[in-house]
Amino acid sequence: MTPIIEVRDLHFRYEDGTQALDGINFTLHAGETVALLGANGSGKTTFVLQLNGILEGQGSVTVCGLAVNKQNLAAVRSKIGMVFQDSDEQLFMPTVLEDVAFGPLNQGCTPEEAIEKAKAALQQAAMEHALDKAPYHLSAGEKRKVALAGVLAMQPEILVLDEPTTFLDPPAQINLLHLLRGLPQAKLIVTHDIRFAGALAERAAFFEKGKLVADGPLEEIVRRFGWTYSDLAADLRYSAQRRF
Amino acid sequence: MHHVLVDQWSQGSSPLHARDPRAKVLVLLIFLVALATASPNAFPTLIIYAALLASGILIAGLPLGGLLLRSMGILPFSLTFGLITWLAGDRWRALGLVEKSYLSTVAVLLLVGTTPLPRLLGGLEALGTPRLLVLMAQFLYRYLFVISEQAQHMRLAAACRGGASGTRRHAKFRAAAAGAIAVLFARSYYRAEGVHRALMSRAFSGRFALLNPLRFGWMDACFAAGVGALLVLARVQ
Repeated sequence: MTPIIEVRDLHFRYEDGTQALDGINFTLHAGETVALLGANGSGKTTFVLQLNGILEGQGSVTVCGLAVNKQNLAAVRSKIGMVFQDSDEQLFMPTVLEDVAFGPLNQGCTPEEAIEKAKAALQQAAMEHALDKAPYHLSAGEKRKVALAGVLAMQPEILVLDEPTTFLDPPAQINLLHLLRGLPQAKLIVTHDIRFAGALAERAAFFEKGKLVADGPLEEIVRRFGWTYSDLAADLRYSAQRRF
Repeated sequence: MHHVLVDQWSQGSSPLHARDPRAKVLVLLIFLVALATASPNAFPTLIIYAALLASGILIAGLPLGGLLLRSMGILPFSLTFGLITWLAGDRWRALGLVEKSYLSTVAVLLLVGTTPLPRLLGGLEALGTPRLLVLMAQFLYRYLFVISEQAQHMRLAAACRGGASGTRRHAKFRAAAAGAIAVLFARSYYRAEGVHRALMSRAFSGRFALLNPLRFGWMDACFAAGVGALLVLARVQ
């Protein structure tokens, strides 16, 4: 089966000389959900920003059969929907409806089509009641859902979510989890939240200092890198006993 | 936040909100030209203009006191120049400068408070304003939210660590404030980069398309012609 995302030998260095990505090879297939794990600054977000051409490194990136280059940028950005860590950065129109319709309008839809798609996406995200609200009046969980609706309205084939649980309280996390589970798109989830990742993805890719050091079943990766929630209370008691 | 409030006002529904932005911009232009060319001691004209603005605010359902208060933001500047002109011996001109700048600000705030920014900028573009300028205005407005949010976060962080409490007059506070402004600039820059990335990710190609296209109907034409004529009549009387 042809992968929906194919990355070959990707390198990227920031202007300050930081080698953020160092020879990344990665594939994602249709319908698959993969969690991208790793410490802060390990290159996860830099990696996903390469997928829709926001950042441009050396190597080959193909999305839905399209090479990510200047000629294909518009088409690629229609195929891959990105939900950013901070929803406030994503919501900038005066009303929720206008914000969600922003993407379809940019894709060349007529205003009527854009409204239709926006309403459908808001319904999918269970936010149809907020059509006329100003985005800055929403709660963090609602903002995240509207940001997701803004991406869904563009009907992408792949969803990329950068730290989707940040700022969300547990009920909002569960709502988001249910919502994401019901979406048919392939998903890439950048997260530190192993429970959330485990509830959505079976596969994980682990980044370390700009390298993709492991790619495989999530449970195995989590165990291998000790990237799991231990019994924090027990750990603290143990540390205290040793110290004093 | 001031701009958030004005943004809320612009989402209202009134006969003035319903007018096409081009009609409102044309009326504003006529008003500004008529006001600028009116004699500083033509009090009847200025009173008619003030009454028209007050009627506009009431028709639009905007808070009269709130809008008049916010328009006072111009006064530190106009009073400075007014004072200089007064000291130079031209009292009527000094008075006119303050009156006209204040009325102009009220008029601009009335336009912004009755027209959502994307529609206002769409109207300006349709009237021939270069798209680059319109785009810059749109980004500038959006980034105002970003900067004020960053400033609020920083102020809160400073207050939590004992900043700005009873030390306002000290040189140390001024130095810290200068440093904070530099940090605010850098943080806003990074935040603005995030906004730009989000725009690009949603296939933004340099043009903000409107969900409800502008329609200049006969009501808009009547409004522009009627109010425009009234403004000119008040000016030449």
